[in-house]
Amino acid sequence: MSEQITFTIDGKQCTAEKGDTIVAAAKKNGVYIPTLCDFEGLKPAATCRVCTVKVNGAPTTACSATVSQGVEIESNTEEITNIRKAVVEMMFVEGNHFCPACEKSGSCDLQALCYKYQMMVPRYDFTFPRKELDATSPKLLIEKNRCILCKRCVRSSITTNGKSLFAVAKRGNKTVIQMDKTLAADLSEEQAKEAMELCPVGAILKKETGFVTPIGQRKYDAAPIGSDIESNA
Amino acid sequence: MSKPVVATASLAGCFGCHMSILDIDERILDLIELVEFNKSPVDDIKTFTKQCDIGIIEGGCCNSENVHNLKDFRKNCNILISLGECAIMGGLPAMRNGIPIKECIEEAYLDGPTVADCNEKKILPNDDEIPMILDRVYPCHEIVKIDYFLPGCPPRADLIWNAVAALVTGGELALPYEVVKFD
Ligand code: SF4
Ligand code: SF4
Ligand code: FES
Repeated sequence: MSEQITFTIDGKQCTAEKGDTIVAAAKKNGVYIPTLCDFEGLKPAATCRVCTVKVNGAPTTACSATVSQGVEIESNTEEITNIRKAVVEMMFVEGNHFCPACEKSGSCDLQALCYKYQMMVPRYDFTFPRKELDATSPKLLIEKNRCILCKRCVRSSITTNGKSLFAVAKRGNKTVIQMDKTLAADLSEEQAKEAMELCPVGAILKKETGFVTPIGQRKYDAAPIGSDIESNA
Repeated sequence: MSKPVVATASLAGCFGCHMSILDIDERILDLIELVEFNKSPVDDIKTFTKQCDIGIIEGGCCNSENVHNLKDFRKNCNILISLGECAIMGGLPAMRNGIPIKECIEEAYLDGPTVADCNEKKILPNDDEIPMILDRVYPCHEIVKIDYFLPGCPPRADLIWNAVAALVTGGELALPYEVVKFD
């Protein structure tokens, strides 16, 4: 059996297994740490920074750092909540997030974090980018104005003959995700669904599935993101 | 003591936010006990007749008239609220942001599928009476100072009610999870 360790999150005594990431360890103890780029089964990339915590006073990303014996973790403090909210607001203004017209609205992790932190208005100016919306492939579309560059799609295992469906193109603030049109043409229903579910926002969408769930029954209509974890506390 | 005075306007919006104001249902009776309305589509008063306490703005600014109206509201209202996605971030009209204005106008009046065959003289509306369209749609707080923001498309009636009641009575603003939504 793996080694059990103890530590604290915001003063609460916690136990986890050695080697657990802080996000996973927190979850086991009924503490929700918000994540966007983290995805079960994918190697952490720590691209979004929304999971920021302080470990013995030093800021770090809880999705990539592992927990160690005796550490004191700060998570739901005013300071860290404000950092997370700022990160969410930055991602929001960097894209075109017209939620009322978005297929993912109600089930979108970015929007759900805006709700959690009650973002009435972002503190930053909107950038209104003009990026491409690629709807040329039969089953999937990619709306790059909604992409938060979490790279979950790129890190995923959706491949054909070892070739990845998604890749990163360009650099800096020009960075975009490209979808391989040839591979996208032969996707199975399952693969298309998997690709859509990988994306935390409404950037990758399976065609003809938008708005199927009525308002009121969508993932985050009734309860805030993370409340399932917190209710296990 | 006289009642607080409220004014409202719809700029580049669809009037959905105003509909949501009416959606407070029978509480509208409490509302008229609490406040007096001045310039607003609710009572059809067209010009300010006194200094107002609360101005509620639906819609962002897509043309010169919106900007003029918004500045007028800022001048005549002590507290200004951006109500709804369009006022807060431009909303659906701002989907044209990033597209050059020339392209937008040509699509709307010359090339779009519903106009391509019927505008033979290639007329672009340019009457002096028509407000000048802006290069993009501006959130209200990019034009004037806005004091409070109430998101939603439309904002939930409960959010509007809670906010106005809190402002008028000086109480805490109740923000349960269900009332802060962007759609
Ligand atoms: S991706 Fe999410 S945040 Fe962006 S428009 Fe869609 S629902 Fe809103
Ligand atoms: S398309 Fe979606 S999954 Fe891929 S990087 Fe953008 S937000 Fe992440
Ligand atoms: S979830 Fe940790 S950095 Fe994105």
